[in-house]
Amino acid sequence: MGDTFSRILAACLLIMLTSLSWAEELLPEETAPPQTTEETPAEEIAAPLSIQDILNQLTERSFDMKEAAIRQLAEQDSPRVIPLLNALMERELVHNRENDTISLGHKADGEWQLLDPVSEQPIGTVNSRAARPVVINNRLRTVINNQLALFALNSDNSDARAEAAEQLIGNDDPDMLSALRLRRESEDNARVIEQIDTALNIAALSSDDLTTRLNAIDTLSRNLHPEVKNSLNDRLRNTEVDAEKVALEKALARIDARIENFQTADTIFFGLSLGSVLLLAAIGLAITFGVMGVINMAHGELIMLGAYTTYVVQQLLPNSNEWSLLIALPAAFLVSAVVGIFIERFVIRFLYGRPLETLLATFGVSLILQQAVRVIFSPLNRTVITPDWMSGALQINPVFSLTYNRLYIIFFALAVFLGLLTLLKKTRLGLQVRAVSQNRTTARALGIRSERVNALTFGLGSGIAGIAGVALAQLTNVGPNLGQSYIIDSFMVVVFGGVGNLWGTLTAAFGLGIANKLLEPMAGAVLAKILVLIFIILFIQRKPRGLFPQRGRAAEE
Amino acid sequence: MRDSTFKSALSDRTAKTFMGVLFGATLLVTLLNQIFPPDSALHVSAYTVTLLGKYLCYALLALALDLVWGYCGILSLGHGAFFALGGYAMGMYLMRQIGDRGVYGNAELPDFMVFLNWSELPWYWHGFDQFWFAALMILLVPGLLAFVFGWLAFRSRVTGVYLSIITQALTYALMLAFFRNELGFGGNNGLTDFKDLLGFSLQSDGTRVALLMATAISLAFAFVLCRWITGSKLGRVVLAVRDAESRARFIGYRTEHYKLWVFTASAILAGIAGALYVPQVGIINPGEFSPLNSIELVVWVAVGGRATLYGAVIGAILVNYGKTVFTGIMPEAWLFALGGLFVAVTVFMPQGIVGLVEKHWPTLKQRFMKSDSNDDRPSAQGEPS
Amino acid sequence: MSALDSLRETFRRDQVFDFMRQGTRSVSPGQLDAGDGKNILYLEDITVSFDGFKALNDLTMYIKTGELRCIIGPNGAGKSTMMDVITGKTRPDSGTCFFGQTLDLTRLSETDIATAGIGRKFQKPTVFPEHTAFENLELAMHDAKGTWHSLFTRMSGEQKSWIEETLAQVGLLEDRDKVAGLLSHGQKQWLEIGMVLMQKPQLLLVDEPIAGMTRQEVERTGQLLQSLAGKHSVVVVEHDMEFIRSIASTVTVLHQGSVLAEGTMDQVQNDPKVIEVYLGE
Repeated sequence: MGDTFSRILAACLLIMLTSLSWAEELLPEETAPPQTTEETPAEEIAAPLSIQDILNQLTERSFDMKEAAIRQLAEQDSPRVIPLLNALMERELVHNRENDTISLGHKADGEWQLLDPVSEQPIGTVNSRAARPVVINNRLRTVINNQLALFALNSDNSDARAEAAEQLIGNDDPDMLSALRLRRESEDNARVIEQIDTALNIAALSSDDLTTRLNAIDTLSRNLHPEVKNSLNDRLRNTEVDAEKVALEKALARIDARIENFQTADTIFFGLSLGSVLLLAAIGLAITFGVMGVINMAHGELIMLGAYTTYVVQQLLPNSNEWSLLIALPAAFLVSAVVGIFIERFVIRFLYGRPLETLLATFGVSLILQQAVRVIFSPLNRTVITPDWMSGALQINPVFSLTYNRLYIIFFALAVFLGLLTLLKKTRLGLQVRAVSQNRTTARALGIRSERVNALTFGLGSGIAGIAGVALAQLTNVGPNLGQSYIIDSFMVVVFGGVGNLWGTLTAAFGLGIANKLLEPMAGAVLAKILVLIFIILFIQRKPRGLFPQRGRAAEE
Repeated sequence: MRDSTFKSALSDRTAKTFMGVLFGATLLVTLLNQIFPPDSALHVSAYTVTLLGKYLCYALLALALDLVWGYCGILSLGHGAFFALGGYAMGMYLMRQIGDRGVYGNAELPDFMVFLNWSELPWYWHGFDQFWFAALMILLVPGLLAFVFGWLAFRSRVTGVYLSIITQALTYALMLAFFRNELGFGGNNGLTDFKDLLGFSLQSDGTRVALLMATAISLAFAFVLCRWITGSKLGRVVLAVRDAESRARFIGYRTEHYKLWVFTASAILAGIAGALYVPQVGIINPGEFSPLNSIELVVWVAVGGRATLYGAVIGAILVNYGKTVFTGIMPEAWLFALGGLFVAVTVFMPQGIVGLVEKHWPTLKQRFMKSDSNDDRPSAQGEPS
Repeated sequence: MSALDSLRETFRRDQVFDFMRQGTRSVSPGQLDAGDGKNILYLEDITVSFDGFKALNDLTMYIKTGELRCIIGPNGAGKSTMMDVITGKTRPDSGTCFFGQTLDLTRLSETDIATAGIGRKFQKPTVFPEHTAFENLELAMHDAKGTWHSLFTRMSGEQKSWIEETLAQVGLLEDRDKVAGLLSHGQKQWLEIGMVLMQKPQLLLVDEPIAGMTRQEVERTGQLLQSLAGKHSVVVVEHDMEFIRSIASTVTVLHQGSVLAEGTMDQVQNDPKVIEVYLGE
C-alpha cells in the first residue's frame, strides 16, 4: 500500500512541474496582429550619394547629423552596409583628419592602418594622432542596433530574424514599425511572428485610437516579455481614459499572476534539481543502509571519489571535454565500487548486526579517504569543466528557463533510479540481495553465498555513489569536503523516506528538495536548511519508520 | 550493601583510586608551575597547565557520553552540542565581563554587536553579566534542550542508528544556526577576547591553575555522581533498558523516562564540561557544534572502554594527548591516525583499552609475579616455558 | 449456548456505566476492576493485518478469572500476535480488548498494561543478560517504577527474602549471583517465569514455557503453572500436546487468526475441524 502511495506521490510531483510550466503554454495564444489605423509616413527621397560620401558626413560633430548619415547609409542597397554599421559600433570606422574622410582602420604599432570602406583594400597608414574613431553615443548606438536589427529581420536565418524582432520590441520608430509590419505579412516562423506581434502591439499602445489600444492591451496581457510590463505600466501612468485604465490594470494583474506561476514553477524546478542531487547522493545509501542495514558514513567520501575521478579523466583527456563524461561515468562507478568492496571486505564484514559499530568504523574510513585526497590532490578545490552541451538553458518563455545541466541531472537521477530498481527487481543479483537482506540464515541455507552478495551489494551502492559524484562535479566544486556536506542530507532522505523503500527515497528526495527551495526565498538558504532539518527531526519522532514504513514481524527486529 | 548512595560511591575503592590519581597529577602540575621559577628544568609552563585543564574537560565530556552510550545504549552523535551550549553560556558571561575594555570601548554591547550596528542587547543576553545566572544557564540550557529533544525522541521510540542520526542532525542544525550573525552569538568568529572571570584575569598563571583545579574537582564530583547513579537501582534499570528494552517495558518500567533522565543528566554534565573549557582555551565558536567533534568524542570513549566510566576518562586523555603529539610532529597524519583508530577500535578492540587490560590482567599479573620471584631466586635456572 | 453467553456478557458490560457504579465500588483509573463477573479478559472481534495478511481475523475469546487456559494452533495461527495485542505491543486494526471491566488494553501502553497486572513470558526467553539472576528478579519486583524512586531506593529485608523465595521456587537459588546470560536455556526459561511472578500479576501470559527443558523441568513447570491457577489467571501457549494434556482444563485452538474450537483436550482432539487442520492436506 505504501508502495502505491509513494508512486502516486512521486508522479504528482513530476506532474506538478510539467503542468505548471507548460500547461499555459499549450493554451492557444491569440497572436493576431494589432489592428492599426495608423498611416505609414511618406518616405523621404534621398539624393543619390555614394557610400563614401555618406560616410564622410560622419565627420560632423553633431550627433543629429551623424544620425541622419547613419539612416542614410542604412537605406543604401549594398552588401557593405551591415559590415560598416558593425564597424561603427566596434569603433573601427575612423575619421582621417589629414584628408577629412572616413575609412576603416585598425590600430597597429602606434599607427592607424586604413582600409577603403567599400573595397577593404589598404589605403596606407597614418600617425595615431592623425586619425580618430568616429564617436557615437548611446542614442546612436540604439539607432545603429535598430538598423542592424532591421536588416537581420529580413535575413534567411529564422533565429537571426527572431533575435532582430526581439531587439525591436519597445521601439516606437515609425520606420521600424512599418518594416516589422511588412515582415509580419511574409513571415511564417511562429517564433518570429510572436516577437513581431509583441513589438507591434507595444507600439499600438501609443496609438491615438482607443479601440486599437484596448485590443493591444488585451493581446499583450498574455505576453510575458519584460518590455510588455514596462510599456503597460508606462501607459497606465499616462492614460486618462477610465476604460483603458481598467483594462491595463487587469492586464498587468494577469501578467503578474502568470509571472508568479512561472516563478513557482522555477522554484519547483530548482527544487527538483536539488531533489535529484539528493536522490543521487542518497540512493546508494538506500542500498547499503536500507537493504543491508549498514550505516556507511564513508558514503559521502565515495561520492567525492566519483567527483575526483571525473576530474582525473578530464586531466587525462584534456581535448575531449565533450565526451569525457562518458568515460568518467563507468570509471567513477568502478573506482567507488572497488573502494566500497574493499571497505566491506576489510571493515564492515566483521561488524554485521552491530550497526552502531559500522557507523563508527566507516566514519574512520571516511576520515582516511578525505585525508588521502587532501594529500594526493591538495586541500584546494578542483574545477571540473562542464561540456558545452550541458551549459546554457532551455528558454521556455521570457521569465522561465530551464538550465541544461540541472535538466540533465534530473533525468540522469531518474534514469539511475529506474536502472537500480530494475536491477533489484529483475536480476538474479537483485533477488539474492533481497533474500539476504530479509533473512540471512535462510538465504545461506538455500545456497546463496551471502558473503559474495554482501560484497557485491556494497559495491553496487558505492558505485552508485561514484556516479552521483560525476553528476555533482558538474554542479559544485570538487574538494575534499564534498562528501561531508552530503552525508547528513543523504541520511535524512533515506530515513525520511522509510528505510528499505526505494520509492520512499525518491519521494523524500524530491519532497525535501522542493521544500528546501520553497522555503529559501522566505527564510534564506541557511535558515531553510535548518527548518528542513528540524522538520525531519520532528517528523522522525512522530513516525520513526519514515514515510513508508515496512510492517510486519520482520520490521520489528 | 547493594544499592549505592552518593556517600558509598564516594568511599568505594575505585572512586578513591580515581580521585587519588586525578588530584595527585593536578597537584603535581600545580606545584611544579607555582614553585619552580620559569627557567628551572622542573618548571611546568602555563601552556601545559591549560593543556591538562583542556584534557580534563574532554574527560568530563567523555564521562557524560559514557553514561548515555555505555550504560543506556544511546549513541548520541550530538553531545558536542551540549558541550558547546554550556561553553556559549560561559562565553556570554565572559563577554559581558569585558565591559568597556573591548576594541570599541562600548560598555553596553559586546564588540561584535557594535560591529554589526546593533543598537541594544538582545533579550537573551540579559542576565549574563551575573555569574550565578550564567551558571544556572550552563546547567539549564543543555539540560532543557536534551529534555525536550529526548522527550520527543524517546516517547516515539526513536532508537539505535535513527537516534544517532537525528542527534547528529541536531548538532548540525545548531552549527548552521550559530554561524549566522543574526542569531547574536558572534557568528563565524564566536565569542573571544575574554578578560577575566569573577574578577581574576584569565591570563594570569594563578587563574589558570585555579581553573585546572576547578576542572579536576568537577571531574571527580561527576565521576562519583556517575558511580552513584550506575550503582543504584536506577543504574540497573538503565542497563536493563540497554540490553532488552521491551522486556523492561513489559515488567512495568517507563523506559522512555529512564532514557530521558540519563540523557538529560548527561547533557548537563557535558554543558559543565563546555563551561569549564571556554575560559581555559579563551574562545568558543560554532565549530564546536561540528558533527566531527561529537563523533570524535565517541571514539575517545570507545578507545577507553565503554560502561566503565574511568575507561572514558582514560580514553579522552590518551586520544587527546595523541592528537597534541601528532599535530605537533606531522599534522597531515593526524586524520589518518584518527581514522585508523576508529576502525581498529571497533573491529579489534570493542571493549577498549580497559576491556583489553581486564581480559589480560590475570596473565599479566602472573608474569609480573613470576619475574619478581625469578629475581629473588639465586639459582640460574632458565625461563619456565 | 456459548454465543448466548457472550451476548449476555457484552450487554452487561456495555450497559453498566462507570458513574452509575460510584458508591457501590470505587475503582481508581488504571487499576484492575475484576468486577463481579467470572471473566478477567475479554477479546472481541479483534483483527490485525500486516500488509494485507490477517494475522488475527475477528478473534473473540474470554479468559475466566483464576483459569488455566491453553492455546494451541499451527504456526501462523496468530498465537503470538494475540499475546502482542493483549500486552500492547501490537495495536489491533479493529476490535476491543478489555482487562477486567474498565481497562481498555488497546489504549494502554505496554508499561501501563504491565503495571495493571499482566505479566508475559516470551517465546524466546528474554532476560537481562548482564544482570545476575537476583538482579533480574529485583528489577521485575512489584514496586514503584519511577526514576527518582529507583535512584534513592534501598532494598528492604522483606523484599530481599521475597526475591530469595522466588529464586528457590524457580530453582535458581544456587545461581543467584550468576550473570543471566551464562545460564542454560532451561534456566533462563525459569528465570523469566520467576520474573513474571515477581510482578504479582493477575494474568500470566506464558509463551512456550517448556521449550529446551528436561523432562524433570517440564514436570516442575507443569506443577508450578497449575499451582498458580486459582490465585492468578494463566494463559499458556504451547505446542507440546502431552504437556497440555497434563495441565489443561480448557483448550482453545486457533487457526488462521480465529478460534477454531474450544473445550477440554478430549473434545478438541476429536473435533473433525481440528483433525483436518492438523492432519489434513
